[in-house]
Amino acid sequence: MTSSPNPVPAEFPRTHYLNAAYGLKSWLWTRDHKRIALLYLVSVSVFFALGGLMAVLIRMELATPEGDFFQPDVYNRLFTMHGVLMIFFFLIPGIPAVLGNFLIPLMIGAKDLAFPRINLLSWYLYTIGGAFTLWALLHGGVDTGWTFYTPLSTNYVNTAVLTVGVGIFIAGFSSILTGLNFIVTIHRMRAPGLTWFRLPLFVWGHYATSIIQILGTPVVAIAILMVAAERVLHIGFFDPKLGGDPVLFQHLFWFYSHPAVYIMILPAMGVISELVAAFSRKPIFGYKFVAFASIGIAVLGFLVWGHHMFVAGQSIYAGVVFSVLSMLVAVPSAVKVFNWTATLYKGSISWDTPMLYALGFIGLFTIGGLTGVMLATLGIDAHVHDTYFIIAHFHYIMVGGAIMGYLGGLHYWWPKITGRMYPVFWSKLSALVIFIGFNVTFFPQFILGYLGMPRRYHSYPPEFQVLNVMSSAGATILGIGYLMPLVYFVWSMRYGPRATANPWGATGLEWQTTSPPPVENFAYPPVVTAPPYTYEAQPAAGKGAARVV
Amino acid sequence: MSSESHGPSDLAHHFDSYEQQKESATLGMWTFLVTEILFFGGLFAAYSLYRSLYPEAFRAASHSLDIRLGAFNTAVLIGSSLTMALAVRGGQTGKPKTTFAMLLGTLLLGSTFLAVKAVEYADKFTHHHVPGPSFHFEGPDAPHAQLFFSLYFGMTGLHALHMVIGAAILAFMLRPALRGAWTPRNHNFLEGFGLYWHFVDLVWIFLFPLLYLIGRHH
Repeated sequence: MTSSPNPVPAEFPRTHYLNAAYGLKSWLWTRDHKRIALLYLVSVSVFFALGGLMAVLIRMELATPEGDFFQPDVYNRLFTMHGVLMIFFFLIPGIPAVLGNFLIPLMIGAKDLAFPRINLLSWYLYTIGGAFTLWALLHGGVDTGWTFYTPLSTNYVNTAVLTVGVGIFIAGFSSILTGLNFIVTIHRMRAPGLTWFRLPLFVWGHYATSIIQILGTPVVAIAILMVAAERVLHIGFFDPKLGGDPVLFQHLFWFYSHPAVYIMILPAMGVISELVAAFSRKPIFGYKFVAFASIGIAVLGFLVWGHHMFVAGQSIYAGVVFSVLSMLVAVPSAVKVFNWTATLYKGSISWDTPMLYALGFIGLFTIGGLTGVMLATLGIDAHVHDTYFIIAHFHYIMVGGAIMGYLGGLHYWWPKITGRMYPVFWSKLSALVIFIGFNVTFFPQFILGYLGMPRRYHSYPPEFQVLNVMSSAGATILGIGYLMPLVYFVWSMRYGPRATANPWGATGLEWQTTSPPPVENFAYPPVVTAPPYTYEAQPAAGKGAARVV
Repeated sequence: MSSESHGPSDLAHHFDSYEQQKESATLGMWTFLVTEILFFGGLFAAYSLYRSLYPEAFRAASHSLDIRLGAFNTAVLIGSSLTMALAVRGGQTGKPKTTFAMLLGTLLLGSTFLAVKAVEYADKFTHHHVPGPSFHFEGPDAPHAQLFFSLYFGMTGLHALHMVIGAAILAFMLRPALRGAWTPRNHNFLEGFGLYWHFVDLVWIFLFPLLYLIGRHH
């Protein structure tokens, strides 16, 4: 927004949302979306660390073919809790509740989300749900896999299924309320002149995500309630002994849990659209196509759940339909990848840290997406179902995609969030280490799965050891890569150089206020007069200065 | 979806106008109701599946429900939707006494519904129609008749839970209603709750025929 009518803010604000009030109560009782975003950042990081710890233990066990570190039932608990923590308590809230919460009101020129108290409530619900899950973890954990398939979960296991179920149920409400808040905010709180096609693509991505959150989450919530009723009250829904059908649970579960994958990836795609445009210094190629691709993925995502059940006794005709629909999701996904690539073409590309993460995302997401098309074909899926091929595929989307996007976004907006810059060298190194570590960890798993190594076993035939050792070694590198941002981000909050209002020379309303922003976000109500990404194809003037500080 | 209120002003700090505040509250409530539809949707899906698989068992089990109590409760709930709508009208036109009286009427009708429901549930316990180890049913295909009762308790139970939550909120709304908390300018909470009440009513409008009426003529 080069010809912006909005006044330029002071470089270093004296008071802002971080120092406007002090004390624990000013944080735990805040209605400010920016502070709530930081509350989420802390909680989400804790769950990421715990889930990561479980991953480390899993890879430790799998370094040797024999089951030597853990008993099989302990191993079952490890991979179950890894999945539960990472999916429900890190990946799903991750980008929306941290970056989305902080940025959506700033990007649309609003003072806050439409329902600030509900925003705070959703953080508390998330935290209470997480506490239930951690409590279950301390009381033996769960060993059903994160999928809770019946009748295993309702009849045959003695682990803390209910406690974790309650935890996920409560956290689900948090997710629904976040989605509801975003939808109303995006509809009703936009600044004057900010039409739908002037919205940043980050906002479009979150809008699509919110649709999935409000439509999908209640279905998994009722499925959990039905499992609880069957387990506790013997009110049968799924158990064949009580007249029910276990496949119905899989339908209800995947009706949410497949679209949930898009809850994880769509916000990351929104981040990447911002980064690619800002660091190519070009308007995004085919803005409307990228925007509608988000909606397309959200809609199509609801029609593909059956591809998790190709070998679960589903009708072959249903299988064919789900197979074709699943391949269709590749179309809007490919539209995004091609449009990012076209944005890079003849762009004035700079290799700042967020851009390194964005480029990593594009490569890894492409591999994850293409293997997804392979898995959508019935024949290949029957062969590799429940093998490490699946594990590798979805980690390329969730870790290579969603987490790269999350970290890229954190590095891009960190100066806005904290008002501080982080060390350039270490942050670039972290992007490189994570990229290498990720590929060394997960690429061998494609081969392992294709050769037939099943998932969810703590031992395996000796001929798989070389690839498993590679994977475990890669996990070590990946772990170090994730620790690096933790260290320098925390360091930067106190010792990092002060960031200017717009250190990347980027467009977007969030860069037109101070870093960090004032409590009410803008000194003057902003007015929007231009479409987003009005970059000239040359480095911005203020940008070099930002690198020096 | 209550609106924020700070001090004397009933316009929350982050809204520019009452209109924006009202539109946000309304859209938020509708979005929440969409979520609720999907929440009940899981049970409706299970019902559709099992009814089409085991029509005989479902028909036989459905006959054991008391259609008179079901019809009475339907009338009670529709009546409560009328009083709820009149309560909202009282808020819109600035008549606190009307709002109070109508909310009280809604609360009484809702409680009547729950009391009748309790009678029906008690009847199921005495006839061993509650799913579980002591379940007993005279009729064709008893295991799948048990499935009908699972769905009966699941669906009406979830509906009753919504009624209980609604009644509790109603009870807390009586004093503010009498104080005139809802004005023609800002009655967003009252209107939002009205939408919720109508939604819960509407769920019953679907439950009644599905559970009590279908297959009755055989």
